[in-house]
Amino acid sequence: MTYYRSVLDLIGNTPLLEVSQLSPNPNVRMLVKLEGQNPGGSVKDRIALAMVEQAEKDGLLSPGQTLLEPSSGNTGIGLALVCRVKGYNLTVVLPANVSIERRQLLKVWGAKIIDSPASEGSNGAVRLAREIASSNPQYAFLYQYGNPANPRAHYEGTGPEIWRDCPEVTHFVSGLGTSGTLLGVGRYLKDQNPAIEVWAVEPPAGEAVDGLRSLDDGYIPPIFIDNDGFDLLDRKTISDPRASILWTRRLAEIGVFAGISSGAAMAGAARCASSIDSGVIVVVAADAGWKYLSTGAWTDDLDEVVERARKIIYF
Amino acid sequence: MPVEVRLPSMLRIHVQGQSSLEVKGETVGEVLENLAKENPGMTGQIVDGEGVLRKFVNVYVNDDDIRYLNQLDTKLSSGDVITILPAVAGGGW
Repeated sequence: MTYYRSVLDLIGNTPLLEVSQLSPNPNVRMLVKLEGQNPGGSVKDRIALAMVEQAEKDGLLSPGQTLLEPSSGNTGIGLALVCRVKGYNLTVVLPANVSIERRQLLKVWGAKIIDSPASEGSNGAVRLAREIASSNPQYAFLYQYGNPANPRAHYEGTGPEIWRDCPEVTHFVSGLGTSGTLLGVGRYLKDQNPAIEVWAVEPPAGEAVDGLRSLDDGYIPPIFIDNDGFDLLDRKTISDPRASILWTRRLAEIGVFAGISSGAAMAGAARCASSIDSGVIVVVAADAGWKYLSTGAWTDDLDEVVERARKIIYF
Repeated sequence: MPVEVRLPSMLRIHVQGQSSLEVKGETVGEVLENLAKENPGMTGQIVDGEGVLRKFVNVYVNDDDIRYLNQLDTKLSSGDVITILPAVAGGGW
């Protein structure tokens, strides 16, 4: 096929790029899967399409229906794209402290935005969206944190693509948000080769954590519990903003324009590379750098950028 | 051997408002036991009555989640930093 009929057909089949020149260990190769190549600009296009198509199969969506989703950005943007193409409306519950470009992109595809308190981070968006959904049954609430189509999109798409392109993979490293990428890709890769290790990289606990009154206000995505996430993951580490920005810049130095969470994942992958004798690490670069230009991540003084990164949600 | 323990804001009320303190112990479990001995308000906050890490609590040694190391038996070295954080939705980027 030389041309496509729908922009939705462009979702997935992203390129895998070797970046071993950045590996801190000469015996460890590193490759990044460039999810910013998706038409909505992130890995989340995959789950947006999968969740909507599953809901269509289940008869949950009627023409012109409005979907409601908590998102710190990329899932909302992916859903906005899918909804625009398929003729649905979308309302996104978005923490007030996301980068301006995320907000702008949601509007490109006509999504409505409801702000949740910045001080509550993504937890706050989840809480508010669940409240709105429970008292407004007219919304279709696909809920990425609890929707099995989320990890399944990666079990059926992202995972097989990585295995097809790089069967020599020994370690898979990805950011932990809803946990869908880690669960789906991780399970698929372990089904092919149980020796493959799955490493999760978490964003640092920012100001959002200070907004929680009690430890009982914590949150673990239902899909993580339902898919035995605790058993599946081999390791979970935090990448701080400084390391995340530094690795985002290192990627740019070799020509890869990736988002800040990709830098965080690379920082985690570098730790992994330093801790093993040899191997092949595949890292997910969840999006490209466009949405973060306003943070000055590549151009401004590092200390200032790190301080700014503490205040916005970039993961 | 003392290590640094960093606490999230909602637990600082139990340690006179401190955000970090030095606690002795050879393993994470020992450190948490000593922390609760010295600060009775911390009892049951991180580890439940059965000695299991509570569900919404993550404990890190130098940024590594101990659930994927040796849990409460994770051994400590001089200079290690233990960070205690609530589990939060990581974003949904």
